[in-house]
Amino acid sequence: MSTPVIVANNVRKVFGDFVAVDDISFEVAPGESFGLLGPNGAGKSTTMKMVGAVSTRTSGELNILGLDPNTDGPAIRSRLGVVPQDDNLDNELRVRENLLAYGRFFGMSHKEVATRADELLEFAQLADRHDARVEPLSGGMKRRLTIARALMNNPKILLLDEPTTGLDPQARHILWDRLFRLKEQGTTLLLTTHYMDEAEQLCDRLIVVDKGRIMAEGSPADLIRTYSTREVVEVRYGSDKNAEVAPLISHLADRTEVLPDRILLYTDAGEATLARISELGHHPVTSLVRRSSLEDVFLRLTGRSLVE
Amino acid sequence: MTTVEQIRAGAARTRRWGWWYVAEERLRAMRGYSTSLIVTSFGNPLVYLFALGVGLATLVPAGIDGVTFLQFVAPALMMSTAVTVAAEESMYPVMMGFKWTKIFFGFHATPITPGQIVGGMVATVVIRVMATVAVFFGITVAFGATPVTTFVPMVVIATLTCLAVALPLIAYTATLTNDTGQLAMIQRFVIMPMFLFSATFFPLSQLPVYLQWIGWMSPLWHGSQTARVLSYGMDEPLWTSIAHIVVLGAFAVVGAIVAHRVFVRRLTV
Repeated sequence: MSTPVIVANNVRKVFGDFVAVDDISFEVAPGESFGLLGPNGAGKSTTMKMVGAVSTRTSGELNILGLDPNTDGPAIRSRLGVVPQDDNLDNELRVRENLLAYGRFFGMSHKEVATRADELLEFAQLADRHDARVEPLSGGMKRRLTIARALMNNPKILLLDEPTTGLDPQARHILWDRLFRLKEQGTTLLLTTHYMDEAEQLCDRLIVVDKGRIMAEGSPADLIRTYSTREVVEVRYGSDKNAEVAPLISHLADRTEVLPDRILLYTDAGEATLARISELGHHPVTSLVRRSSLEDVFLRLTGRSLVE
Repeated sequence: MTTVEQIRAGAARTRRWGWWYVAEERLRAMRGYSTSLIVTSFGNPLVYLFALGVGLATLVPAGIDGVTFLQFVAPALMMSTAVTVAAEESMYPVMMGFKWTKIFFGFHATPITPGQIVGGMVATVVIRVMATVAVFFGITVAFGATPVTTFVPMVVIATLTCLAVALPLIAYTATLTNDTGQLAMIQRFVIMPMFLFSATFFPLSQLPVYLQWIGWMSPLWHGSQTARVLSYGMDEPLWTSIAHIVVLGAFAVVGAIVAHRVFVRRLTV
């Protein structure tokens, strides 16, 4: 196996009495797409900041591209691309100027930044907006511009903190497509998300994080196989009746979760389970059979939903 | 695999020139409102010198300090212009960088360090102040208020005065997580009184003693007095002139140290 580009061993980050990141360990191989999946406040962004060499860890070992971010921050950052949760683009500059100015921070010449900016505007599908103001751009366009900006230095590792939060479905899919292309080109991606579909789409491997701790690690398929069943039956009886019906049908599934608005029955044969529910005379108001997702893994591991 | 040495070497250019890359970014941003900058750079001195030279000066026919009123007031006006520009560029752009567009966090995600961001912001202020003062100087020369030979020393003292104001203001603004009127208060209760009570229009000795302390504490007064010495040879003991420079330098150095600390704290969480 090739040398990992990120190695975290028992990393902790404490703010006063609050433990934001509690003893986490993971490794990321070159070219791998690695995700940190967890709800808001799980410690994902703090981990990202430590990897991005802008936040010092309280204890543990962290190694990025062979260097310690606590002592070699600027050198590490020279090889990273960072897409933060909030687009911190410069609204006083035009679209292309944002790329030109940012490229200079890496010591690139004026000629180099000009060439690279034009390539990346094409990649980000923003070439026709090169002279536009940043402020009126749509959320999706701003995100694509931020990704283009993060690629100016041709980074070894691209860090993406909640890359599609706040975007509409179409904008998300465009962005996923761009990220998928980067993945195909061999760029190492490290991303945080609380969207399970995003993690499934983009991550080769991921860790599920909650309250600063790693709950599970593996590929999306492995995690689903380990922590959930093949299928899930969702039935709704009305918010005041779900809890009442759940004990009457729970024996039909391997596991049951009662949420405020629905009951989830974990089973390997969803349609057959749904038929049995009807045979018993418990006809739901609405029903759905779907395959298990990382959302179910998270629910199993923490007893809570990812998006709260 | 890229070696550790190659990675460190790759960041070497930014290690040396990072502050300038930040200044370049800010100057690029200024191009967006360059017209208003140019208009105010020329307009301000013209309006002031015309009003004071043609208007107010007629009320002071004997002049002050052995020179005409315009010659007395011109060096101080030049320094107050430096202070006004320094204050303008040291408060809202810093608030913007940390709070409104958060661009400083974007800068810091690159090899740029917090200290280089401070350096770049200061360089931007200094460049704008030097350009503004150069225009002001040209107009004072045209009005016959300043000898043309004093250009370099006047720009140097304006820059020092600018640093003495800009660095503490950059440091203070960086401590703010929200602007709930603090910056407007600084304009009204620090910059404006400094302009009025720093012997810009009359000698400090004209003020009651209990108000003179404002002048002594004001970087603008120290800058203006030095500018008067340089411009028309105002009579002042050498130790006083040295004291002015030392005070201005102290404001700048303390401001730089505090600004650096605050930027590191805000950006390295």
